[in-house]
Amino acid sequence: MVRILVIGLVLVVSSNATAELIPTPDFTSHAIPTTEVPPGDGAGWEYVDVAALAIALGLASYFALVTRSRKHLFALSFASLVWFGFVRQGCVCSIGATQNVSLALFDPAYVIPITVVVFFLLPLLFTLFFGRTFCAAVCPLGAIQEFVSIKNVQIPRWVDHSLGLLAWIYLGAAVIFSATGTAFLICRYDPFVGFFRLGGNANMMIAGGVLLLIGVFIGRPYCRFLCPYGAVLSVFSRFSRFHVRIPPTQCITCGLCSEACPYGAIEAPVAPALPSEASRGRSRLGWILLASPLIVAVFAATGSMMRVPLSQMDLDVQLAQQLRMETLGLATTTTDASDAFRNARRDERVLFESVLVKQQQFGRLGLLLGAWIGVVISVKLVSLAIRRPHADYRADTKNCVSCGRCFWYCPVGDAPAGKNVANEQPEPSQLVQIT
Amino acid sequence: MRGTRVAGAIALGTLGGLLAGSHGDAEETRWQIDPDKCIGCSHCSTYCVLDESAVKCVQCFDMCGYCDICTGYLDTNYDDVNTAAENQLCPTAAVVREFVEDKAGQRFYQYTIDEDACIGCGKCVKGCALMNGSLYLQVMHDRCVNCNECAIEKACPTQAYTRVPAEKPYLVKAQAQSLYESKLADEALAQDDPVAKLMRMVTMR
Ligand code: SF4
Ligand code: SF4
Ligand code: SF4
Repeated sequence: MVRILVIGLVLVVSSNATAELIPTPDFTSHAIPTTEVPPGDGAGWEYVDVAALAIALGLASYFALVTRSRKHLFALSFASLVWFGFVRQGCVCSIGATQNVSLALFDPAYVIPITVVVFFLLPLLFTLFFGRTFCAAVCPLGAIQEFVSIKNVQIPRWVDHSLGLLAWIYLGAAVIFSATGTAFLICRYDPFVGFFRLGGNANMMIAGGVLLLIGVFIGRPYCRFLCPYGAVLSVFSRFSRFHVRIPPTQCITCGLCSEACPYGAIEAPVAPALPSEASRGRSRLGWILLASPLIVAVFAATGSMMRVPLSQMDLDVQLAQQLRMETLGLATTTTDASDAFRNARRDERVLFESVLVKQQQFGRLGLLLGAWIGVVISVKLVSLAIRRPHADYRADTKNCVSCGRCFWYCPVGDAPAGKNVANEQPEPSQLVQIT
Repeated sequence: MRGTRVAGAIALGTLGGLLAGSHGDAEETRWQIDPDKCIGCSHCSTYCVLDESAVKCVQCFDMCGYCDICTGYLDTNYDDVNTAAENQLCPTAAVVREFVEDKAGQRFYQYTIDEDACIGCGKCVKGCALMNGSLYLQVMHDRCVNCNECAIEKACPTQAYTRVPAEKPYLVKAQAQSLYESKLADEALAQDDPVAKLMRMVTMR
């Protein structure tokens, strides 16, 4: 005990000694200059961005639902791409704001700027009323993919559905990693931000290039299969008050729109089930409902076993491991982090304790993530097992990004917007009803 | 359907209220390096998403000893104390050495950073840390695009990156801060004095 105290004293003394500076000389004829740093531009641009977001959302909804003009939407997405993408260079965006929100909810030490909150909430609110008009012409990531979507190759339904689950899993992962303050996955693996900044992480630039290349044939691959915010938007859009409708009046089931949609977001007519089909469908649904708790449990169990690999993403955990390896003589070299840690004479105990807490946290969150994946899969299975008969071609409100291609191609004459048909399933005669 | 929508709207409102409540008077933020934590590891020059890093070195003249044998300027195995490139620590010769005065047989030199040439590698910072530590790195806010996740922050071995208010996006070393503060206090400086100007851009701890 005494020895520890003595060592402690020596440390204090020596660190005080290094704090003494060689004095700045008293020059006879030379004034000591003052450091200069380039001024920041304050927070002004953030407020401009919020205003731009609100205006763009309003315009996008107006163009999609009222003027029903693909041309206007196209022009607006170009403007959004230029402004939010190339001028403002991509940060903060609504997709990434998801992580700030989750960090703010889990970590009381992090204070979230109000503009980030607005960036997260405003598109959700608009989607709740007008469908995914944010995706149509505001999101720069959506816009850049919209422009390359030239040749439309339809992919099999089941591929579309399965890949679509990825976005939900990505969302879950992004939330737990941001909640623990470990990483902002969505930002780190943003494939297009490198283009907006005309340079950046080479791997992500390549990934972005590949996605754009795929996007030429399979529309908006990021939006459909990866975008975590798009996943949230799809739920809100499902229940939206209004939503773009394809035929302004009566659908003549020509199917042109379905061919025009590069995003597989148009549902072909579904005939009512025959009695035999209906009973088969019911029993299938029954089996799925029975199996879903099992699915959730299996994934949850797997997730909770991921505690160690998940927590290894964390910097503190990595550092603690390195320190341990060094003390045990298993590491041949030290790292910058471990050197810095030892030089700063930080307390290993404190670090290890915080790491233990973190690992427990990751155990719980891994379980939640697993359960979440199970839930996502079960919900998908259930929704696939439910048959919703309808007579005409219509936009699948979940996946439709309101880009406007379908009504551009629709041969039926024009009229203003309609209600979200998924909500009410009106009689054909009601389809013309406005608002 | 309508019920779900209302529920959705209420959920959004609650979330907004909650976040706005916990947000308090938080301002917009920028990334900055806490110079007292930085060890000049060189990650700043390589991990930034910009091709030429947003991080540059700055000289705190008030902390500098104006040494002839400057450990931030000279390579550890220098041949001679002169401005020949092979004697310089800085790979881009961004530390500019100028003779100031000969005093009591001691020659004093001023070291200034050529910001355009600096790549933020931190070599000089590491060198200077052996003496006064007047050279330190900062994220320059005419360059930084304020990534939501700063790539350097995640690579920094000492977790020296913090978010500071956008209105005052710089930090100085704790020692420099007290120096500047005393300067400001006892000279009752004018508004446009460089020290006052600098301190208006610096977040105080
Ligand atoms: S799905 Fe995501 S990336 Fe695509 S447009 Fe919508 S928010 Fe943007
Ligand atoms: S990464 Fe951290 S320790 Fe390394 S030079 Fe940058 S601020 Fe300093
Ligand atoms: S926020 Fe981005 S641009 Fe700024 S220093 Fe970090 S990586 Fe570089």
